[in-house]
Amino acid sequence: MPDRSAPSDSPDAPSNSQASQKSQTSETRSGQGVTTQQSGIRPTGDFATPILPAAAPARDIRDTSDAGDISGSTGKPRSLFTDALYDLRRKPLFIIPLAVILFLAIVAIFPSLFTSVDPRFCQLSDAAKGPIKGHIFGFDRQGCDTFSRTVHGTRASLEVGLLVTVGAVLLGAAVGALAGFYGGLVDSVLSRVTDVFFALPLLLGAIVFLSNFQKRTVFVVAFALIVLGWTQIARIMRGSVIGVKDADYVLAARALGAKDSRLLFRHVLPNAIAPVIVVATISLGIFIVAEATLSYLGIGLPPTTVSWGGDINNATAALRTTPRILLIPAGALSITVLSFILLGEAVREALDPRLR
Amino acid sequence: MTTSVRIDTPRDPSQPGHALLEVENLHVEFRTRDGVAKAVNGVSYELRAGKTLAILGESGSGKSVSAQAVMGILDSPPGFITEGQIRFDGRDLLTMPEKELRQIRGERISMVFQDALSALNPVYTVGWQIAEMFRVHRGTSRKDGMIKAAELMDRVQIPAAKSRVKDYPHEFSGGMRQRIMVAIAIALDPDVLIADEPTTALDVTVQAQIMALFADLLRDSNTGLILITHDLGVVADVADEIAVMYAGRIVEHAPVADIYARPAHPYTQGLLASIPRVDRKGQNLYAINGLPPTLTRIPKGCSFNPRCDRVQDNCRVDEPPLFDIDSTRASACHYWEDVLAETAPSASSAQSAGTVQGDSRG
Repeated sequence: MPDRSAPSDSPDAPSNSQASQKSQTSETRSGQGVTTQQSGIRPTGDFATPILPAAAPARDIRDTSDAGDISGSTGKPRSLFTDALYDLRRKPLFIIPLAVILFLAIVAIFPSLFTSVDPRFCQLSDAAKGPIKGHIFGFDRQGCDTFSRTVHGTRASLEVGLLVTVGAVLLGAAVGALAGFYGGLVDSVLSRVTDVFFALPLLLGAIVFLSNFQKRTVFVVAFALIVLGWTQIARIMRGSVIGVKDADYVLAARALGAKDSRLLFRHVLPNAIAPVIVVATISLGIFIVAEATLSYLGIGLPPTTVSWGGDINNATAALRTTPRILLIPAGALSITVLSFILLGEAVREALDPRLR
Repeated sequence: MTTSVRIDTPRDPSQPGHALLEVENLHVEFRTRDGVAKAVNGVSYELRAGKTLAILGESGSGKSVSAQAVMGILDSPPGFITEGQIRFDGRDLLTMPEKELRQIRGERISMVFQDALSALNPVYTVGWQIAEMFRVHRGTSRKDGMIKAAELMDRVQIPAAKSRVKDYPHEFSGGMRQRIMVAIAIALDPDVLIADEPTTALDVTVQAQIMALFADLLRDSNTGLILITHDLGVVADVADEIAVMYAGRIVEHAPVADIYARPAHPYTQGLLASIPRVDRKGQNLYAINGLPPTLTRIPKGCSFNPRCDRVQDNCRVDEPPLFDIDSTRASACHYWEDVLAETAPSASSAQSAGTVQGDSRG
């Protein structure tokens, strides 16, 4: 581990050696000394959690001795995912976004817990008024309560984000897994289809698609984004499956009489799904932004649905006079997207053995 | 389906001594960018119930490829079986529909892989993986499967098996993992077990334990074992017969005692001479000159001729067939009589054979 973190410390090295150059004549040696000393300290801080590959052999030693003791089985069995969970539990960059997301989920499911004001009760006489008692963020240009609208808008954003992510993962993983597992002609056809969809820009495609719909519900918007957004998942799944399908345990399962479906679902997919989970978490944020953008452009969710994108759209005209109206929903959107991206990043670090 | 096959065939596979698996004139080639590599060139052997056949050879001699062909897990393309038959219970596996093959694989022909760590699925517990055999082939419930898995782990002598069924492969040592592979392979009591270098990834003491386990498990069973290895020491105790492969062909085939005492092929002779001996301390080790041939350019005539000490002109032209020496053994050398005469059963050679076997046990 120490030699691994050494390169990451190297940017510090020049400044350190410069400092020692001034004070001491033996410049290079002391500079190196500082660097190694630092890299010796760093890992204990960054990797305070026990690193599992190192922990596993401790149990193995017991095995080779063939001792029949049961005492060794006190430790819980660990898989890739339990390992990852173990790592993640101690990371602030995982816990904080997770807490924010859970909070947002509660807001989305029970908005009335947080505000008793009806987001659709608007009086033009209140238009663009500042904060008063009971309306902490004031009113928007239509005289609706900004706080209430932001709280109620959470649902639309999260709904679209989750629906699109689930849909894109299902579609993308299916296409990618089939292409990767069977290869040959199946792969060529599916990969070219993926390429065709990959070439369609997400937003432009969605605008063209959605402009054909009069009634744009959450499902219609989600459908448009799924159709245009599954390709990245498919590509990652395909690569991941290709990497796993030639593993000895897949060959062994085939040699012991497993059919293709069992090989794919039981042996290949569980070993290939980790990168997809990571990308899915990060794309969730991107899909929320896409929905907001579409609503902002007036082609996403209809004005009757309370959504952040719609509210941001309404607020732009008053940006110079009352930026508050724009900043509240925009801030909520930013926090949500940032949380998902940070969460995805943390999950990626935990699931990628090379980063351990 | 398989039961009807058993009834139809006049021969009863459960009878010891009957040929369970017959490989006849098998040819396998790999079509690579650099040309066609002929990995297996006319291999024939048969495995009898309850017997152990060791296939011996160095890397690239085609021993693993011939086993992969039997299991139907040849990497194809680039690997192709161009000729030959692989008969199990009298039926050709190469022409059998995939669905019937699946019923034979695992249930009646099973396989132990070389590297147990990569051959066990990292995301499942070992119990789950052993139980999978029962669930897929026998339709056993999850719970019963786990009970059977624990029994099997006990049978392959894994300590505290019951408490370890729910452990993951990476929590076991190399030797224990290989025991789990063996447990999976013998789970359904197969008729034929193929072990592809089962001890190569293990250290010497664990190798001996695993071989002892094989001997133990097969002692009273009718399971025929094909043991693929490059280690002369590994096979001496376990095998009944040995087939030595060189450049995709079997060059000598004999009962185990004969091959150690009186090799009838210069290659086997060289292999045996290369084993380090305790009574020749401080001397240079013997080595066969040269390298094994590139499979894309196998020499004309006898494929061993460029490395052979006793090479004659006709060795470079005529490919020697597998000459029958007696009813039990055969050698693919034009001058097998000379080789055999040289290693005639005198007192000294019998003693040296004893040393070889003794070495292998240690």
